[in-house]
Amino acid sequence: MTAALQLTDLSKTFPVGRSLFGSATGHVRAVNPITLTVPQGETLGIVGESGCGKSTLARMLVGLLWPTTGRIEIDGAALDNADPAEFGKRIQYVFQDPISSLNPRKTIRQIMEAPLKRLHGMKRPEREARIAEIFDSVNLREEFLDRYPHEFSGGQAQRIGIARALAANARILILDEPVSALDVSVQAQVLNLLADLKTEFDLTYLFISHDLAVVEAVSDRIAVLYFGSVVELGPAERIFAQPRHPYTKLLADSAPVVGRPLTAPEAAGSELPDPLNPPKGCAFAARCPRATDRCRAEVPHLEDRGGTRVACFHPLD
Amino acid sequence: MTAFLKLLARNRLALAGGIVLSVVVVLAVLTPLLPLPDPDVTNTSNRYVRPFSGGTILGTDHLGRDLLARLMWGTRLSLAVGFAAAIVAATIGAAIGIIAGFYGGRTDNIIMRGVDMLMAFPYILLALAIVAALGPGLLNALIAVAAVNVPFFARNIRGITVGIAHKEFVDAARLAGLSNTRIILSEILPNVVPVIVIAMSTTIGWMILETAGLSFLGLGSQPPQADLGSMLGEARSALITNPHTSIVPGVMILIIVMSINLLGDGIRDALDPRLKSGALSRPMAATRVARDGPVPQPTGAGLLEVQQLETQFHVKDRIYRAVGGVDLAVKPGECLGIIGESGSGKSVTALSVMGLVASPPGVITGGAAHYDGADLIGAPYRKLRQMRGNKVAYIFQDPLATLHPLYRVGDQLIEAIRAHRPISNEDGRAKAIELLDSVRIPNAESRIRDYPHEMSGGMRQRVGIAMALANDPDIIIADEPTTALDVTVQAQILSLLDDLRRSRGLAIVFITHDFGVVAQLCDRVAVMYAGRIVEEGPTAAILDTPVHPYTAKLMACVPELGAGKRRLAAIPGLPPAVDKLPKGCAFADRCHRVQDDCRAQDIALRRDGGRAVRCIHPETPLTKAIA
Repeated sequence: MTAALQLTDLSKTFPVGRSLFGSATGHVRAVNPITLTVPQGETLGIVGESGCGKSTLARMLVGLLWPTTGRIEIDGAALDNADPAEFGKRIQYVFQDPISSLNPRKTIRQIMEAPLKRLHGMKRPEREARIAEIFDSVNLREEFLDRYPHEFSGGQAQRIGIARALAANARILILDEPVSALDVSVQAQVLNLLADLKTEFDLTYLFISHDLAVVEAVSDRIAVLYFGSVVELGPAERIFAQPRHPYTKLLADSAPVVGRPLTAPEAAGSELPDPLNPPKGCAFAARCPRATDRCRAEVPHLEDRGGTRVACFHPLD
Repeated sequence: MTAFLKLLARNRLALAGGIVLSVVVVLAVLTPLLPLPDPDVTNTSNRYVRPFSGGTILGTDHLGRDLLARLMWGTRLSLAVGFAAAIVAATIGAAIGIIAGFYGGRTDNIIMRGVDMLMAFPYILLALAIVAALGPGLLNALIAVAAVNVPFFARNIRGITVGIAHKEFVDAARLAGLSNTRIILSEILPNVVPVIVIAMSTTIGWMILETAGLSFLGLGSQPPQADLGSMLGEARSALITNPHTSIVPGVMILIIVMSINLLGDGIRDALDPRLKSGALSRPMAATRVARDGPVPQPTGAGLLEVQQLETQFHVKDRIYRAVGGVDLAVKPGECLGIIGESGSGKSVTALSVMGLVASPPGVITGGAAHYDGADLIGAPYRKLRQMRGNKVAYIFQDPLATLHPLYRVGDQLIEAIRAHRPISNEDGRAKAIELLDSVRIPNAESRIRDYPHEMSGGMRQRVGIAMALANDPDIIIADEPTTALDVTVQAQILSLLDDLRRSRGLAIVFITHDFGVVAQLCDRVAVMYAGRIVEEGPTAAILDTPVHPYTAKLMACVPELGAGKRRLAAIPGLPPAVDKLPKGCAFADRCHRVQDDCRAQDIALRRDGGRAVRCIHPETPLTKAIA
């Protein structure tokens, strides 16, 4: 298997605060250096809670944000100095909110034509044929093309968003919470559609979500993000069933599951680390039942432990 | 466009303004064709002729020139200068605003500080300075008036642009390969145009006044050319002896500016997206009640008992039956789950209880909601207000919308307490800290000084829950309170709610779309579809043997943790629109067990052994399911 996407030491730091002359007074590390390989045809799930850096990572991958350090390679070619249009041909993005990702004052046809015109310079008849082909694969009727976004339900709008991402002909799709704004019955329709499209067009997915069950149902591998770092990376079927990192275990225990009694898996009083003043060692140490002095002094790095990679000095068995 | 015109015409004042303005504009345009004497020919032997005498209609001025002719030509000129100034100011101002708002950062800072400097001068002083520098003349007056108004447009449009530039569709356009110029022209501009039109329609009258002001001072149109301001200026010396020379242009200025402002306000109201739903009025303090059927009597089934509740939305000639006859009851210490998809009526049911459905367009058309035996629907507003937050508290889904952005969260908590009982500042502060502690907000002492925007979504929702707990209510109605939260936070909040109801005997109505949450927290669950309950019963029993096909299908759609990678079951199609509900079962078109009789008549909710179902061809017969 070839690597569709290779990230090397990718990180992002945001300046915060402004002094009188416009220089930053502090820095927040949104994403700590991440090195990751995604093989062609894989669905890599990325889970984490709000503020863990998953959206920042996604926006860097499509060129909407410049990485502070590191490089992105797609099919072995670096994408450091490429403009957004160059990114757009190789990697596309499906947004969380289907309605607000469509310009309310454009028809669906105008929205669909933009990537074909700007990225591929297609002529009118070519564009029409391509749009018809894509609409067919996402199960949308062509008469929708002359309507405006507000006329669609969330599920339909999300399918239009997916169609737009496909139109760019990119082989990698970043799916940023693509179903979290949808109803459960529609959510299943969209997830199944994504699975079909992946086979049809030989796509590679990065599926970002906070919903563990959804991620588990669609992913081959899952990366768990905490406070800007990957803390665990492993096969989807194992990661929540046999978590190695204490944070992954906390996530798995917190998910509401039919038939499991309601318990707060975490003692009251634990706090999230302050991004302006990050802890010296493991970011999870303050919440971790297994933390030792070493955890508070040293940052653990991802290490291979029996098939899953864990960033922990004291992983669970 | 036709909808916009209809909306505009409904506003009588705007319509009147529009008609008057059109008449003035048409007359001004036709002036060269009208049989008027030359406005600039002087005839000093015929000075100050009174109106309707000496062969004139409006008389003559101090040089014996025909006033009607001067008025018409002057109006023509004033209107042209006013409109031109407005267009120039709007174009330049909007361009500056869009560029500043779109690029942000340093560009924004430099441009906007420049605009601020322009605004720091009194406008008339600035206009005078510009005319003084350029020399008097109508064109220079136009430039001065336009320049003075540019900052107003620039600031207005910049604010709107900043909001739009961060929308997802702009990111999407960037990924579709659009350049910045193209994004501005094709994505930002079309969304800003309504704002520009609104700003223009409300300032054009002002600009006509400003031009007239400059002409009045002799800095605008030069003699013998007439415009309304210079006519007033020339007539000033004869104000007492021959008032008609001042009154004629004065009345015309009044008519023009009044009609433009009335029309402008109308355009603003019609274009404002918040008013699109039709009504220009504010929602009432409590939902309108128009029950025509008999009001059900309480049966004592619970602390809160909702019976045959019907809530509709009347929008124009359409009736949306959001809630179509819902029965619910919740006892102290009990947690009742209401599960359903968006549009199923679960939120409207909850809001109807305390009369919180926005009205118009909401109307409660039937049923009752008994709290402790007293009907809340149709209760006087004073009583409802006394109970809201005190006996029955709500936790809403969107914490950003429930907290006031300009007040510190601590002050908002104290305010929530003060709405029902007096409390000193010190006690209020202590109570606020205690409340924040109880919902596990770290460093509660310092965080009560935070503004909502300084908190994460999870933290904000905790404040929302703390606010609901502020007055120790008996019932909490929680509308998807954990939907926006992270799983670890959700687990904590759910167990907090569970503890509260057990320790304080709190009744909870928990609205959600998540079966996992229902299974863990709720004793009983009601499944809603298209405004009605389709199945109800003890949670464990329903999860074990769902009877209604919708319940069974919905449960199958939800991925469950621990089952690995797989294809999910989906329900084909979409729920029916609640303004076009079918005669029979609303789920029939999506149901795999549908038969002809499902569509023939209304399906009743059948109760048996603590369970209820609205289906004639169930998955498992109800009698078998309860056995």
